[in-house]
Amino acid sequence: MTTLTLTHARFQLLETVRIPIALIGSAFFPAASMLFFVVPFTGGDPVYATFATASMVIFAVMTTNLFQYGIGVAEDRQQPWDPFTRTLPAGPGPRFAGRILAGLVLMTVSLLPVVLIAALFTEATISAPAFLAAVGAVIAAAVPFTLMGLGIGYALPSKAAIVVAQLLFFPLAFGGGLMTAPGSAPGFVEDLAPYLPTGGAVRLMWAAVGDFPPDVSSLTALVGWTIALAAFAVWAYRRDEGRRFS
Amino acid sequence: MMSLVRSGAVVGRSDGKLARAINVSRRYGDVLALDNLNLDVPAGQLLGLLGPNGAGKSTLVNLFTGVRRPSSGRVELCGGDPRDPASRRALGVTPQETGLPASLRVGEVVDFVRAHYPDPLGRAELLDRFGLSDLVKRQTGGLSGGQKRRVAVALAFVGRPRIVFLDEPTTGLDVEARRALWDGVRAFHADGGTVVLTSHYLEEIEALAERVVVIGGGRVLADDTVDAVRGLVAIRRVSLSSAVPLPDLPGLVGTERDGDRLHLLTPDADGLVRDLVAKDVPFTDLEVRPTSLEEAFLTLTASLTRSPTGSAR
Repeated sequence: MTTLTLTHARFQLLETVRIPIALIGSAFFPAASMLFFVVPFTGGDPVYATFATASMVIFAVMTTNLFQYGIGVAEDRQQPWDPFTRTLPAGPGPRFAGRILAGLVLMTVSLLPVVLIAALFTEATISAPAFLAAVGAVIAAAVPFTLMGLGIGYALPSKAAIVVAQLLFFPLAFGGGLMTAPGSAPGFVEDLAPYLPTGGAVRLMWAAVGDFPPDVSSLTALVGWTIALAAFAVWAYRRDEGRRFS
Repeated sequence: MMSLVRSGAVVGRSDGKLARAINVSRRYGDVLALDNLNLDVPAGQLLGLLGPNGAGKSTLVNLFTGVRRPSSGRVELCGGDPRDPASRRALGVTPQETGLPASLRVGEVVDFVRAHYPDPLGRAELLDRFGLSDLVKRQTGGLSGGQKRRVAVALAFVGRPRIVFLDEPTTGLDVEARRALWDGVRAFHADGGTVVLTSHYLEEIEALAERVVVIGGGRVLADDTVDAVRGLVAIRRVSLSSAVPLPDLPGLVGTERDGDRLHLLTPDADGLVRDLVAKDVPFTDLEVRPTSLEEAFLTLTASLTRSPTGSAR
């Protein structure tokens, strides 16, 4: 990783931190959902609390990546600063890598309250190996939603990107079974969920943290989504480059 | 005073030409923004690019600075392709002042740009040079228009460039700030720096440039000294009413009719009036007015596309 990538990441983060409401916003949603929908209902059941926490972690992964890339990229593209950076003697690599790096930092920031609330206010438990597996599942789950956000950000103007990100996030969260414990969602959601990116990601996460059987078809669907969203993001990026900078 | 130019500059392959456009055309869909244009910028020259909005100035600058690629033809910067980051190491460009990242401080923006260059100017030195030292802690979003403009111009000089593209550098500046900036550009040029300056204002080009290129309709309409181009664009508008059709008048570059008023465009208003009198034209309500630069461009565009002169290409 180059120093220039770090410089870009630092400036992305500075811009975000200077408008702290954005940071609070991305951390608030998952934390509030934890407090209102998980803490009061888990009672003394450690298994349910652990699964619910895992769901909220995936929820946070989805919302932060969808919003920060979808809206952030679309807004940056409208600024004249963006073409100026292209006259500096560096290719697009460091800027792109810096953005992803900053995105990972912000995602971690929004995950911390969820994990802290789970540890302090619920009976959720996790062993050290399972925690490592969960970290791996978070990274795997972050990839498709990062790509989805980037694709939206590069494909749409910022006003449209905000609307599309908002329209997507709720059906994805509900349809993927993030709002309910494993096996207790309404029937159509149970049928549909394994094949949505949120459902695939959360099943991977459940398998990592508890006694939940890994589901091959759901995992295959998640890999398929990742490939499809990568193609979408690359298409949107190239199309944008071709329109604005060809 | 500390030199802004990298010393021991090695001139690229292109025989002392820091920027070249060779048979360059650029289309946006159906619109032809640049039409088979040729332009050389030798090292050490202070070149003014003049032209009305939509003439192709910005497109040409975008090609030279690597932001866009030509539809056909070749563009060179420092002997290489400007789309290659290595060719841009000796390039400086002003961002649009509205584009500075609003939440970042002036010093941070300077550091960000500095991080891209192998041997940048020191932050304090650059800010001092452009009179911005007091603003180092201020967020760019809170600066006045003139302050933003000065920051934007300073950013072009961060990497000790050999060639800078200054786009409307003094728009929105008061007289004092404008003079200070002009002095800075002159000092850079005196040290051997190459400058391409775009402007709507003939005054700015007159104050700084050695050579003026007028662009219109995507082509080079005139490429000459400041004096020669000033003569070309110094067109007068002679308006009159006349009951009879006008005879042939020498030196007219354009005629417009507006009801019973006739507007005659000419570089020599005195000669035209003498001719009108000598030929006994019965005119009333004679008015002679200077034209705006915009009008002069339009006239120049029209007359030169009809009959290209020696200086136009």
